[in-house]
Amino acid sequence: MNLKLMLSASLLMAAFTAFSQSETKEKKPRVKPTRSQSTSASDRVNQRDRPHPLKPARFISEWMTPSSELKFNNLPYAYNALEPVIDSKTVEIHYDKHHRGYYNNFMAAVKGTELEKMPISRIFANISSHSSAVRNNAGGFFNHVLYWQNLSPDGGGEPSGELGKAINSTFGDFKTFSEKFSEAGKSRFGSGWAWLAIDLNTGELFITSTANQDNPLMNTAERRGIPILALDVWEHAYYLNYQNKRADYITAFWKKVNWPDVEAKYNGYKDMREEMKK
Amino acid sequence: MKFEFAELPYAYDALEPHIDKQTMEIHHTKHHKAYFEKFTAALNDSEYADKSIEEIFANISKAPAVIRNNGGGYYNHNLFWHCMSPNGGGNPTGRLAEAINQKFGSLDEFKTKFNEAASNRFGSGWAWLCVKSDKSLSICSSANQDNPLMDVADCMGTPVMGLDVWEHAYYLKYQNRRPDYIGAFWNVVDWKSIGERYERLISQ
Ligand SMILES: [Fe+2]
Ligand SMILES: [Fe+2]
Repeated sequence: MNLKLMLSASLLMAAFTAFSQSETKEKKPRVKPTRSQSTSASDRVNQRDRPHPLKPARFISEWMTPSSELKFNNLPYAYNALEPVIDSKTVEIHYDKHHRGYYNNFMAAVKGTELEKMPISRIFANISSHSSAVRNNAGGFFNHVLYWQNLSPDGGGEPSGELGKAINSTFGDFKTFSEKFSEAGKSRFGSGWAWLAIDLNTGELFITSTANQDNPLMNTAERRGIPILALDVWEHAYYLNYQNKRADYITAFWKKVNWPDVEAKYNGYKDMREEMKK
Repeated sequence: MKFEFAELPYAYDALEPHIDKQTMEIHHTKHHKAYFEKFTAALNDSEYADKSIEEIFANISKAPAVIRNNGGGYYNHNLFWHCMSPNGGGNPTGRLAEAINQKFGSLDEFKTKFNEAASNRFGSGWAWLCVKSDKSLSICSSANQDNPLMDVADCMGTPVMGLDVWEHAYYLKYQNRRPDYIGAFWNVVDWKSIGERYERLISQ
């Protein structure tokens, strides 16, 4: 159990620096977690004298980093760490070619424009007025960061805490939720993503899917929200191992979902709806 | 109308090494077949049951997604298999070659434009060479399983050549390198069959 918690905690640490500048630039004062944010995983982090991963301020800085300062971070685990659910070669190409390509193209698309200083959340909030190069690559960069964070070699099981409660109250129970989410992934025709997101207006959880590299933060989305769980259903995410059998990939996906990460996102983002609308 | 799921006009390994056997086999027996089965199942007892596929496409904006996606998937792959051949490659001849030179300047310029259409289609989709209603040639691309016969298409026309750029068409062999797959397509492109479709269309 302790090993699992430590792994989760270190994954969270690795994960939440993915958008932000390196740790050295911004030293934020550490704040004790409030009761509702407190989990064993986060306590463990505090014991090791690190910034608290669930602290909302950290999430704000993560989202508010000027686009040109975003970094392409290392994967928080080895390429083969998600075997046999996602094979090593798929993870390597997906991260090192596809994801890196989106990052590089995104950096190139904002370079020398007014978007350089804009946080990616603001770019998404006005995505309809930007070029398709910005839309596709900002989305492609951001969505994959979430996807990698949402997975863990130690994943699986069910969410607990505030998120577990919210899922039960919104969808009835975890099984119903996971079936609906799987269905969103299966029925997205062509390339795209399935999402669990926090509604920007009501704070409710909802399931949706988007085409290509769009996401629910974009002002073009059917229903706008802050995504906390991302499932890539582009064929490149599963074709080497599953070929045409997308449903099998989705069934296997649940075995590697990093629930502590999804919970941390829920706790961190649920009070940030006003920020994300701008 | 009664639709059929035809065998490929060549063996699954006939396009090696440009398109690998496993890709051809899964593409035909899984992807294409699933489109065919879902399309015909959706047609049964529907208002579309007696219509030709061209009629269905011409009013696709009013049809349910299951007809649009699977009808498109069925038709597009039928055309695709007949755009490639183990004896393919080389240059077009006859009236198609003349029309390409006239419209695009040269075969190389045509290929450059077509490659762009195929590479720039973001996500899943197809690149097309079409004959427009004024009989002129045009290059375009469409998303997912849409095609230029559909009333929702950006570019309307009758496709004489289609290139599948869904990742399933190339991922086993080329992974993220879609341009390499597009380059390989020119080694197996069946100009003879494409030229025949072109001549039939312009003499109608
Ligand atoms: Fe992806
Ligand atoms: Fe295909």
